[in-house]
Amino acid sequence: MKLSKILKNGFLIAFACLALSACATSKKTTGQMQGDVYTGTDTVEYLASGVPDRVFFATNESVLTTASRETLRKQAAWLRKNSKITIVLEGHADERGTREYNLALGERRANAAKDYLMTYGISSDRISVLSYGKERPVDSGSNPLAWSKNRRSVTVKAN
Amino acid sequence: MKNFLITLIIILIPFKSFGLIEVDITRGNLNPLPVAVSPLSINEESRKNFENILKKKNIGSEISSIVENNLKISGLFNPLNKDAFLQEPDIANLKPRFEDWNLIKAQALITGKVSYVEEKLRVEFRLWDVLAGKEMMALAFTTVPNNWRRVGHIITDKVYERLTGERGYFDTRIIYVAEEGPKTQRVKKLAIMDQDGANNKFLTLGNELVLTPRFNPTSQLVTYLSYFRNLPRVYLLDIETGTQEVVGDFPGMTFAPRFSPDGKKIIMSFAKDGNSEIYTMDLENRIVEKITNHPSIDTSPSYSPDGKFISFNSDRSGYQQIYVMKSDGSNVKRISFGKGIYGTPVWSPRGDLIAFTKLHKGKFYIGVMRTDGSGERLLTENFYQEAPSWSPNGRVLIFYRETKTDSRGEGFSAKLWSIDLTGYNERQVPTPTDGSDPSWSSLLSN
Repeated sequence: MKLSKILKNGFLIAFACLALSACATSKKTTGQMQGDVYTGTDTVEYLASGVPDRVFFATNESVLTTASRETLRKQAAWLRKNSKITIVLEGHADERGTREYNLALGERRANAAKDYLMTYGISSDRISVLSYGKERPVDSGSNPLAWSKNRRSVTVKAN
Repeated sequence: MKNFLITLIIILIPFKSFGLIEVDITRGNLNPLPVAVSPLSINEESRKNFENILKKKNIGSEISSIVENNLKISGLFNPLNKDAFLQEPDIANLKPRFEDWNLIKAQALITGKVSYVEEKLRVEFRLWDVLAGKEMMALAFTTVPNNWRRVGHIITDKVYERLTGERGYFDTRIIYVAEEGPKTQRVKKLAIMDQDGANNKFLTLGNELVLTPRFNPTSQLVTYLSYFRNLPRVYLLDIETGTQEVVGDFPGMTFAPRFSPDGKKIIMSFAKDGNSEIYTMDLENRIVEKITNHPSIDTSPSYSPDGKFISFNSDRSGYQQIYVMKSDGSNVKRISFGKGIYGTPVWSPRGDLIAFTKLHKGKFYIGVMRTDGSGERLLTENFYQEAPSWSPNGRVLIFYRETKTDSRGEGFSAKLWSIDLTGYNERQVPTPTDGSDPSWSSLLSN
């Protein structure tokens, strides 16, 4: 059920990429970004040693990248080891979108992370989701790098 | 609310208007009509009484200044400099010497008188066509002295109506989000002010994030999004009493609220499990209805003024676009097909247009299109701006814009701006702090 939704979203976005042709083809790595997904560590904090607290997204997307899935698997392993911990997934968007749409997008991103954690055995009872849209950027700059840092889902300990 | 009521006591029917001045507001007005606003005359006794109550030296001049400022910001009128006026206010109000006013190129003249009668403020005013040498309108009303600013707005509304043939929009208020602090930890409060920026009042303390306040078109209620206790939910606030209640307490996030045109329902988005759908809630019986059903993001709903249709934005095509559907959720049609992404559709109170925010090639635009998506017209372009809200007569849009505050393109400032539907007369609306998400009230007096 969850998986089918991930797939459905995946298809939706894949379709959009086809339609725009250029979107998927030119993913080059430049400094701290791959395509327009942030790959740096400036803003990343750690839930435990080796367990990054956040994952990053491409513009307008909520699909998890390979690196994001790896981060979330580490988070899942940590959560399985610390079974009393509950978390809030805080979804965020960059400033290049309308406020209300970005609230929805932040929610979709946080839920993409939640769905993935659940497929790695973390119960939904331990996860709540909170979208901030574009209200809480980590980087106040208005440039592609700043925006890439702000398109994120952050896992925060809730207890 | 009681003391806001203003009783119209005398309405002298104006002369038939054939051949008198008219102002065309359907086009950009590059030659605003020269108008002389003679200070309202006041006798010494009334002046002293008002000075005691209101701490204003000459309430007649104060009210005239409000009228003058309103006329100026409308962009349709050019209030003339008072220093050039030859006739004393009291005599002008009885019988203007039209040749004197003609000499300073005034085409319209506003005169009047304010007096203190049984602890109330009584005002009478007249609008004169200088070229025709005729009175166009004469009105009088009485209110509590504290309403003196509203008296100025009501006079402007009547003058605007008489000269343009359209309802005015001056006796109105704006609710918005007052902002302070760095972008990463912005403090946001609900605030309300008169349309001209006066009487600013903060309605929340800034302890929790608040967004997107919207006026009920029929009452003093406001709906908005609050992050109270970190639970983003749609709230209802009564401006008169200050009471707040949560209305969208669903197990997920509720956001993007607006009232139906009759004020009886709230339409909003509800996000759960990564999917945002549009719902309505009846405020009387609290019955909730789901309107959209699609795995995409459906948000920013806005009713047509007859309540029969809803415009909203959805990314079901891959990117944010504007759609229109019947108010039961049937007949969904995409209406935006231009280049770029489209959001925040808001239906004009006149019913014929939808205002929107558009993002294309890194620029934000405020624009309008017909309700079938044809006739797209972009009114203003900037680095970042969004969230148009219509004046109650559908002639002016208010929105907010963020600008960079230093040359390196860093730092930022968010301000409210207004622009005429014609694309002319763009101006900043004064606010004591930064501001965003403005919503225009209906006319307070009808």
